[in-house]
Amino acid sequence: MADEVLHVELVAADRTVWSGEATMVIARTTEGDVGILPNHAPVLALLVDGVVEVTTDQKETWVAAVDAGFLSVADNRVSILSEHAEMSHEIDLEKARHDLERARSAGEQDDEAEEAVRRAQARIRAVEKST
Amino acid sequence: MAASLRQLRGRIRSVQSIKKITRAMELIATSRIIKAQQRAQAAAPYARELTRAVSAVATFSNVEHPLTSEKDNPKTAAVLVVTSDRGLAGAYSSSVLRESERLAEKLRSEGKEVRTYVTGRKGVAYFHFRRRAIVDSWTGFSDTPTYDDARVIADALLETFLAEEESDVAVVDEVHVVYTRFVSMLRQQPTTIRLLPLEVVEGTEPPEEHEVLPLYEFEPSAADVLDALLPRYVTSRIYFCLLQASASELAARQRAMKSATDNAEDLIEKLSRTANQARQAGITQEISEIVGGVNALADATAGSE
Repeated sequence: MADEVLHVELVAADRTVWSGEATMVIARTTEGDVGILPNHAPVLALLVDGVVEVTTDQKETWVAAVDAGFLSVADNRVSILSEHAEMSHEIDLEKARHDLERARSAGEQDDEAEEAVRRAQARIRAVEKST
Repeated sequence: MAASLRQLRGRIRSVQSIKKITRAMELIATSRIIKAQQRAQAAAPYARELTRAVSAVATFSNVEHPLTSEKDNPKTAAVLVVTSDRGLAGAYSSSVLRESERLAEKLRSEGKEVRTYVTGRKGVAYFHFRRRAIVDSWTGFSDTPTYDDARVIADALLETFLAEEESDVAVVDEVHVVYTRFVSMLRQQPTTIRLLPLEVVEGTEPPEEHEVLPLYEFEPSAADVLDALLPRYVTSRIYFCLLQASASELAARQRAMKSATDNAEDLIEKLSRTANQARQAGITQEISEIVGGVNALADATAGSE
């Protein structure tokens, strides 16, 4: 089974963020974290704002922050769809921290503010994980 | 001569500066079309994957969803008209507006009340000038729409479509979109689609014989997945319309500006011919005056001798 790989596509609404071969994908669904290995059963799952971790076939790991979206697995093809997705090296950590501060201070009563907080946290986590 | 030489020169100069402006706008539009097409291509994978997923869910579950179910007796219809923010794009905005009038007429003849939603300043100005009501309008992004713009529009439309009868938000039973489809650089087609209720979702290409859609597990459940997917699907459709419209707008502008530049060239040529004629006539007249003066002088001196 060493030669089995997953074909992963991380797609944002306006571009393909990453596409390539990988041996493992970890993502956070509404039900909790899932790890996808080659030959996984077909699955369609909803993702929450969070971090997606992918181990490529070159044994490298990259991390991306995604907004709520969904993950579909079939025939060793994994597609991760999210309205916004950013690879960890694209994220401006300072800006993410700043966003978090602002979102927190703006008051957390409404859903929108909470969403902004979660999104900023996900981005910061993605950067921290990758370093 | 109708106009003096000085006036003609002034007109030539002003036409030349108009030509420079239209030429610049043409070049800008040309370079932006390429970008707009690239954006449309970049958005394609998302739409494709989303369509696959939606058809997978639709095939494997018989879940009824409010977004897909036809209402028994549709009474109101929302029409989203996608126009441009800026003019100088030939007949671009007016042909979309004409198409929307046709659709509104058709809907009214079916006994439905039409509520208009507009994107683009040109459309807003058109409806304001005629003192016709617009429910909501969005402006400022017609040449570079982003996904967030599409989401704002989609949220508003979904809200009115899903609203309950008793709530204070007005209910609509159908949502239509009028936009300009980008067929080619030379052809842009005003098009109407019915966005909601969603028609039976089909994959972009029919599955081949041996290719059976895999039996998905849904997490948390098929209904929840469908709940999350369909609004996104609607947003992605609107985003697609906006991208097509922006490419069409730029193509229409490029063509309009090209013919404006050509016309300016013609005009300059015609005006400089007239100016040359006027100049020549002036010179001829001066010569004949001088010759006449010399002759008169010669006659005078000849008579005195």
